[in-house]
Amino acid sequence: MITLIDGLSLGSIYALIALGYTMVYGIAKMLNFAHGDIIMVGAYAIYVAMSFANPNPVIALISSIIVCTLLGVFVEKFAYKPLRGASPLAVLITAIGVSYFLQSVAQIVFGSQPKPVSGWKLPKIEFLNQFGITTGAVVTLIAGILIMVALTLFINITRTGSAMLAVSEDKGAAKLMGINVNKIITITFAIGSALASFASMFYLLQIPNAEPTLGAMPGIKAFTAAVIGGIGSIPGAMLGGMVLGVIEKICLSIEVISPYTTAIEFSLLILILLVKPTGFLGRTTKEKV
Amino acid sequence: MGKITSNVKNEFKLKYLINYCLVLVLLLVGMVMMFTGGLKMSFARLLTQIGFSIILAVSLNLVVGFLGELSLGHAGFMCIGAYIGGFCANALSNYIGSKFLVLLITMIIGGVIASVFGFVIGLPSLRLKGDYLAIVTLAFGEIVRNIFKNQKAFGGAMGLSTGPIQYDTRNNMSLYIITFVIALIMLFVTQNLIRSKHGRAITAIRDNEIAAKAMGINVTFYKLLAFIVAAFFAGVAGVIYAHYTTPVSYTFFSYNYSIEILVMVVLGGMGNITGSIIAATLISCVNFFLQSRLSGDLAALRYLIYALVLIFIIIFGNAPALRPFKEKYGISALSEKIKKLFKKKKPFDPAAVKEDEGSWDRIPTKIDMDAILSTDINPEISGEQENADKKND
Amino acid sequence: MSDNNIMLKTENLGISFGGLKAAHDVNIEIRKNQLYGLIGPNGAGKTTVFNILTGVYTPLTGRFYLDGEDLTGQRQEIINRKGIARTFQNIRLFNNMSVIRNVLVGLHNSAEYKCTPFESMFRLPRHFDSENRMRDRAKELLRIFGLEEERNLLACNLSYGNQRKLEIARALATNPKLLLLDEPAAGMNPQETAELMKTIKFIKNELNMTILLIEHDMKLVAGICEELTVLNFGEVLAQGKTSDVLNNPDVITAYLGQDED
Repeated sequence: MITLIDGLSLGSIYALIALGYTMVYGIAKMLNFAHGDIIMVGAYAIYVAMSFANPNPVIALISSIIVCTLLGVFVEKFAYKPLRGASPLAVLITAIGVSYFLQSVAQIVFGSQPKPVSGWKLPKIEFLNQFGITTGAVVTLIAGILIMVALTLFINITRTGSAMLAVSEDKGAAKLMGINVNKIITITFAIGSALASFASMFYLLQIPNAEPTLGAMPGIKAFTAAVIGGIGSIPGAMLGGMVLGVIEKICLSIEVISPYTTAIEFSLLILILLVKPTGFLGRTTKEKV
Repeated sequence: MGKITSNVKNEFKLKYLINYCLVLVLLLVGMVMMFTGGLKMSFARLLTQIGFSIILAVSLNLVVGFLGELSLGHAGFMCIGAYIGGFCANALSNYIGSKFLVLLITMIIGGVIASVFGFVIGLPSLRLKGDYLAIVTLAFGEIVRNIFKNQKAFGGAMGLSTGPIQYDTRNNMSLYIITFVIALIMLFVTQNLIRSKHGRAITAIRDNEIAAKAMGINVTFYKLLAFIVAAFFAGVAGVIYAHYTTPVSYTFFSYNYSIEILVMVVLGGMGNITGSIIAATLISCVNFFLQSRLSGDLAALRYLIYALVLIFIIIFGNAPALRPFKEKYGISALSEKIKKLFKKKKPFDPAAVKEDEGSWDRIPTKIDMDAILSTDINPEISGEQENADKKND
Repeated sequence: MSDNNIMLKTENLGISFGGLKAAHDVNIEIRKNQLYGLIGPNGAGKTTVFNILTGVYTPLTGRFYLDGEDLTGQRQEIINRKGIARTFQNIRLFNNMSVIRNVLVGLHNSAEYKCTPFESMFRLPRHFDSENRMRDRAKELLRIFGLEEERNLLACNLSYGNQRKLEIARALATNPKLLLLDEPAAGMNPQETAELMKTIKFIKNELNMTILLIEHDMKLVAGICEELTVLNFGEVLAQGKTSDVLNNPDVITAYLGQDED
């Protein structure tokens, strides 16, 4: 039971990151390799905000959201936008470059040692703690679900949301319908990056250390989650994230296989890609001859 | 016009010859220094590093540049080669006195086992492409690391100690010579493969997989072939690495290293072997000199440079907006001008023009615009044409 | 399948995508060395039929036979090796390879140029032998299409008309029994089309090729096709001698009535 709750809360972090991947992939048709590193930057933003005198978690979170959003938009504008229409291979390599860039800058500025983020804790709730469940896990889980619901509503109700759907369906046709495709893609990156800052907040609740490589592994795992759920699908990202989180915690709780957790997760990814490349909730697509 | 007969054997191919020359020059530099007594230990190590970097970069180029699939797991193949090769060499050195022989045998073992995994990783490439395949190869690299990390027999988290088989004793600097000889063999095999009908099949798959299939090319076979050959040489490079340093640690083979190899390929130009050799040399040297000068967190400066190189080269080479600019001032325009200068001296002879000429400065697109701009939009599949995911093979 | 004179025979070929019948009960019989036309309005399922015949799609119903051999449901590369080669509606050349290399790829599977990767890697005698002979053959093919001078250019640098020609040359290089041409004259000016007609006739007469072509250009169809099949909404609307079919009132309303050409 504890493993399950832990898994779900870890899963909702993955799901949040996976949402960023899925949105960008669905709309800009590219794998934003640097997404995990935006989370890392968000974590450092929180770290910096919390190291001032009189730290205020709310201000820290807001500053993190602002930093991440600006960074996402900035990266999109300078690294990805010039390559619109270029080959997917080129875009992917650039994204890897951006990821590398952010990591090395963070290491130069903050050093490779983990920076403990102090005061980033939630009050204990006695009732839950009796069962060994941390408050952070519960808050992460609930907040994660809320954010996903909000995002789904946003896409299905607002005008921008339906424009996003249109762009993801057919860029050319969307353009003909008077939709500013570039603007929609920028907005997508902004939202994805803002979600990344939430992810960094929840991540720090569980592991209160900011380090340059913080985003790399969760980033890749979240991509795994997005693929498991079916990339491009928001409920798919939620599902995939939860499944992956639970699997990770279960693996870690069994002593014999816990060292192989990473291997198991990635094997799962390869297996799913081989058996059903579209994931659980993805749509099949076909190349036209 | 009379019947034109080709003769491949007599055709002078500067483009391929120059690569052997480059490696030979590097080898000779080391040997000259060795005989004049000026070869320092550290420089011999640098040469070895250049040697296996060249092997890694050229073999990765086979997959990325010629087959057109992005592999982020090259360090994983190297890891397999290093661990298996190191392990076997440790065992064999008890029975076989000659270190050279041990190296040779383990190279073959390491290479073959790595190529078996190359086959396994090549399999997903039949169904997946682009981003998905990149992630699968990345995942593969991490799985390999994760497994070796937890094997007691391979030294566990401490890494595999390969002390007894090290070449770095003061009086024995021959490892770099062996490395360069292997690099030459690798060049011979890779270049011959690329120049042959099989190489054409591989590049045809990169340029247009659908057309390649329609031409009767066995896409399955050639994709796997490229992955297997690339993995084999990465495995061989790994075995050399095991003889070069101790302990063989799983931390070295993280995907950062795969990306470092990728930077070599991209910097040198995808599909350009000469470029890969030069870039591998350059980056190994930069690594070597920066490693000793940059301490602690500033070491990340190295990666910062790589990242910027990666981003700028790709954007410059691929951005649609930059194309007119490039046509005027780019490298290919420059080389055209140089060619024109030469052509004034020599009369133009169409038979002398190299037939395998191709410009590689643009990464070929697998999902090209004609799929999107196709004129005949059949109502039955119009909604499903965008993505590259294939109907079952 | 006793009739030796039949090159391609399809029996009730049918396929549907998401409930929509893209092709339904398509029966075509093409005699050896015949120039056969497949016409119909946009979206009538012509290219779908091509895709079935080349193994891109597996038909839901029906079978097709090439020279008496059942090729239904085979993989694309197998079908090509058995003798069906095609060109594409939207040209699909190997753009970053030279013209001659494009043709050489087409020659890849011919038994006479057999050479294993191993032999190539280590440059054994057979490698040189087969490479030389392949190059000669490729040059011959390029000469037929007048592309010999351009053989060292990148395929993407050819003019549009020449790209179409190169695609046909490449398809011919695979040594097919049946050549499928998907709108070979699309985007060509009248002069280029006339030249293309000559080339197609030349292929048919001199190389003894059986050709099935999709075309919108009625002049070209009327000029060179011996028999026609008209598709409409995935079904055969009319079939027979070119002149009969083109005067069929159904065809005129369904096709020519919409498409003034």
